[in-house]
Amino acid sequence: MTRMTDLPDNVVITKLDALVNWCRKNSLWPMPFATACCGIELMATGASRHDIARFGAEVFRFSPRQCDLMIVAGRVVMKMMPVLQRIWLQMHEPKWCISMGACASTGGVFDTYAVVQGIDRFIPVDMYVPGCPPRPEQLLQAIIDLQEKIQREGSAWGKDVERRPHQPPRALLADPKNPRLLVAGPPIFAQDEAANKWDTGKRGESPDS
Amino acid sequence: MVSSETIQAIQARFPSAEITEFRKQFRVCVPREIVHDVLRFLKDECGFTLIIDITCVDYLYYPKAKDRFGVVYIVGRPENADRLIVKTFVNDPEPTLPTVTDLWEGARWLEREVWDMFGIRFEGHANLRRILLPEDFQDHPLRKDYPLQGRGERHNIPVVTRDMG
Repeated sequence: MTRMTDLPDNVVITKLDALVNWCRKNSLWPMPFATACCGIELMATGASRHDIARFGAEVFRFSPRQCDLMIVAGRVVMKMMPVLQRIWLQMHEPKWCISMGACASTGGVFDTYAVVQGIDRFIPVDMYVPGCPPRPEQLLQAIIDLQEKIQREGSAWGKDVERRPHQPPRALLADPKNPRLLVAGPPIFAQDEAANKWDTGKRGESPDS
Repeated sequence: MVSSETIQAIQARFPSAEITEFRKQFRVCVPREIVHDVLRFLKDECGFTLIIDITCVDYLYYPKAKDRFGVVYIVGRPENADRLIVKTFVNDPEPTLPTVTDLWEGARWLEREVWDMFGIRFEGHANLRRILLPEDFQDHPLRKDYPLQGRGERHNIPVVTRDMG
């Protein structure tokens, strides 16, 4: 009978999930969604001095179907948000999103009628990078942190996707405070209270008070 | 600098025009009824064949302002790089001006932008719809009575969650 200690040195026993995550995290394909000055820093991160290739993420593709990491660099206005969501939905699982810079994360100094105050109100975000614009080192740190997250959370067959809380589609209702505004209402297919237990998110529900 | 002959010709043709000078730049303030005639005169007889810009100013909180909106036309003469500013005033409700797209085709997008941002309607414009903001936007955000942070339009977007894609 062969024992574990009898294996030769070049054989490693591990879980398949860990192997797959190790492959995924070292081969991120970023989709640059660069709308402002953060995009310049994103280009600098991809250039030779800072060299994002050291972390396996150098293959920028401008087609969302070939990418698994969306880097939103810069402010997003409300007219652009449906475009951003569409690009996000076109990316294949597993996929991640980095919100790069103050504008993408919070709206930054652009607290105006047109600028979305943080893209995480409308699409999921894995990593936030502070800075205005962030240094390339900060973006690289975000990628390193994201790699840790991928190693920790992913699974080979998408079990983590199934474990995600399912948020049922929600009806759009007129806001009583502002009839011209539509806000997210109750779930469309709600049968009982149990179906509503995921109804926790406040983000995106109401406008700023 | 616009020559004094041109200025005198404008003044002779349109006595109601108020022509002022500031640092060798001339500004012609005219009533809204004759602004189209003035611009046609400038284009056909004075050689101002270029419309450089059409924009607008909202004088809502100006204490001394008599009218609410000032619409500014900047016309140019390519032969000698002259510029002339023609200004007229319109008021609520339904601020309306005649279009100048029959004089300059290039005024189409400029008038659309003024409509989009200030709500000045240009009568006779073939395609007066929003140019910058989304089509379903309700307000004209560069008006001074529009709140800076909007009326919730920036958050009126459906949410995409993880399980949707």
